[in-house]
Amino acid sequence: MHYLDVVILTMVIFCAIAALSIKDLLGTAILFGAYSFMMCLLWAIMGAVDVAFTEASVGAGVSTVFFVGAIFRTTRRTRD
Amino acid sequence: MQHIFQEIMGKYNYWLYIVLMMIGLYGMIAKNNLIKKLVGMNIFQTAIILFYISIGYKKGGTLPIIEIPHGHHSISPAAIDIDKYINPLPHVLMLTAIVVSVATFGVAVAVALKIYKEYNTLEEDEIRMRLRER
Amino acid sequence: MKKLGLFVTIICGAILLYATGEFPRWGEVRSPASLHVSPHYIKYSVEETDVPNIVTSVLADYRGFDTMFETTVIFCAGLACFLLLRVFGRDDELTPEEEKGIFYRHLPTGIVIQFKKEDVEIRHKDFEVVDSKLVPYDLIIKTACRVLIPFIQLFALYVVAHGDFSPGGGFQGGVIFGASIILLAIAFNLRSAIEKINEKLLGILSALGVFIYAGIGWLCLLLGGNFLDYGRLASILPVDPIRARALGMLGVEIGVGIAVMAVMIIIYINIASAGRHDEGL
Repeated sequence: MHYLDVVILTMVIFCAIAALSIKDLLGTAILFGAYSFMMCLLWAIMGAVDVAFTEASVGAGVSTVFFVGAIFRTTRRTRD
Repeated sequence: MQHIFQEIMGKYNYWLYIVLMMIGLYGMIAKNNLIKKLVGMNIFQTAIILFYISIGYKKGGTLPIIEIPHGHHSISPAAIDIDKYINPLPHVLMLTAIVVSVATFGVAVAVALKIYKEYNTLEEDEIRMRLRER
Repeated sequence: MKKLGLFVTIICGAILLYATGEFPRWGEVRSPASLHVSPHYIKYSVEETDVPNIVTSVLADYRGFDTMFETTVIFCAGLACFLLLRVFGRDDELTPEEEKGIFYRHLPTGIVIQFKKEDVEIRHKDFEVVDSKLVPYDLIIKTACRVLIPFIQLFALYVVAHGDFSPGGGFQGGVIFGASIILLAIAFNLRSAIEKINEKLLGILSALGVFIYAGIGWLCLLLGGNFLDYGRLASILPVDPIRARALGMLGVEIGVGIAVMAVMIIIYINIASAGRHDEGL
């Protein structure tokens, strides 16, 4: 249990850095959904099941859909 | 040496959470695209929520749902051991924080759509240039 | 500018890292955060409110004011999205010439026709409206979503009703219910989802949720207690005061669920169609 914590935390940090550096906004949206889902796993490991349930439904569900809707109505490439 | 090793093993989790917070803060300040700034804001918010939840964690504790023995209807307060259940108060405060964060994200995306409709770009330096030309 | 941002971030991180020197060890059982108010909630939650899930009992009963204003914040976010983005009438100057008009697909043959006349509609069962970006006809997605959506809604109602005994509650159930309607709007097109739940009903539902929450509090005030003091509901419901607190909690969770569901759908419809409510993702 102890090592699972550290492995998921490392993946979370990589997801966060990657979501901010990638130049395609659709890739950012997918990585953002993956980041949100891994946060939900971390909280479930720590025993916070209500918070994990909320983050799974809100972050990895509805928030990613809003993001993709925003990209659909604006541009998909970005310079930086 | 033993003391420093104990210190690292007890607190490296907090250090990793602070690294995540600073990644989010840097993304909010230094990125040019408006949508990337929003992603940075959301990373910052979830990292702070992670930090709070970790305060309430107890080693060897179980979920904050009271186990009533099968067949009984209620349980007396003297039979509940506090050290067995993790602290539920940070969870309650952070539920409100998650709700507020999704509401803020929705409104921020609406503002970004309006900016795109007006200036036809989402990069901050181009918006500033077009504002100066008006 | 970026170097200044990096410098500020590093200074802030260094100060926070220095402050962790004073923290207790991670996972400590007797840390100061768990010693003052939390033991009362853990010990007396079942005896005073008859609800085993401590997080729900603290959220809806001991700290009910915070949850009421959180519901108001969600309602204001939906209102702000509506006021920022909604445009009435059609922007005929902005759509290019080849995208004007309504597109219909003839179902037996699969041919798409574009109908440029403004006021006439085709209402035959062999023709269906498609969005102007020419979404392909996907029988698998439509059938799978048609089968799944009732079960998702049933699960959402289960989550709201069992918030007292298992992880869940009003907010999570409301988001899942809203997500099922968003799935309907993505799998079929946005117009058919708006025909089923129109804008006026969504506005009324989102205000009704906040009204139910504040209304239960006001009812407790009328019955002689404090605001949101659910024990006083025992004089109109045939239960004892401890059970009345659990029932009051169920009532406010239903209010929160209704408000959150309506607001999620409002925000999705306004973002995905940029305010025009004609075609979406």
